[in-house]
Amino acid sequence: MSLSENLFYFLSFVAILSALMVVFSKNPIHSVLYLIVVFFALTGHYILLNAQFLAVVNIIVYAGAIMVLFLFVIMFLNLKQETEPPAKSKLIRFAAVISGGLLLLVMVASLKSLEPYKVQGNIRSDIGLVENLGKVLYNDFLLPFELASVLFLMAMVGAVMLGKREGGERNF
Amino acid sequence: MTEAITKIPLEYYIILASALFCIGVIGVLTRKNALIIFMCVELMLNAVNMLFIAFSAYKGDAAGQVFVFFIMAVAAAEVAVGLAIIVMIYRNTRSVDIGQLNKIKY
Repeated sequence: MSLSENLFYFLSFVAILSALMVVFSKNPIHSVLYLIVVFFALTGHYILLNAQFLAVVNIIVYAGAIMVLFLFVIMFLNLKQETEPPAKSKLIRFAAVISGGLLLLVMVASLKSLEPYKVQGNIRSDIGLVENLGKVLYNDFLLPFELASVLFLMAMVGAVMLGKREGGERNF
Repeated sequence: MTEAITKIPLEYYIILASALFCIGVIGVLTRKNALIIFMCVELMLNAVNMLFIAFSAYKGDAAGQVFVFFIMAVAAAEVAVGLAIIVMIYRNTRSVDIGQLNKIKY
């Protein structure tokens, strides 16, 4: 087994184990921390797949910004293991796990009907670099890129409007 | 660093992404804490990102990675609005239990 194969199996193991811990840990703070571990494992996968720029962006945006926002809200609302809502009934949880497993089964089984994908000829190792991605982004995807700015503006206005305190009540 | 692409079949990445996606689905179905459900949605988004990058790397086409870039941008906007909504829910019901939100339908 080569180094990259070992790395692939190790990172996949870490990602799936931490993903399970996100779902099954009782304390919300632990869930957030395990989710950060998942993001780091996925970043390792991105580097193995030659997506260097997205690996860095994944760390900065997901592990850096989004998860800090989650952690901030959990601490702001003072959520602990004791304030956790009572779990759903055993039957519902069992049914959920079964249906999730069946979904996985269907997706993996559909792979059987595919022919194994062969990589054609020369693999380019530079497609994930900023220079290459920038060319594609500003040539082929210019309109979606500009529309994303409108989306951000709306998200910003929406978040501020939702977060504003309503007159009169002072809950916390 | 093209070793991984030549040595690991694409199917392995598809299976990994499907597994992560299904774990996210199971989390959404089993948990009652609105924040954890939201985190599981993030997990599902990341599974899809992973699949996009794998396809883009194996095909040698940078468009897939640009798509991932847009997904990340949308996810960031979604998290900002979603967490604001969860804070609003907490202000009104004093909990993040989604079971208490069934009054919305009346």
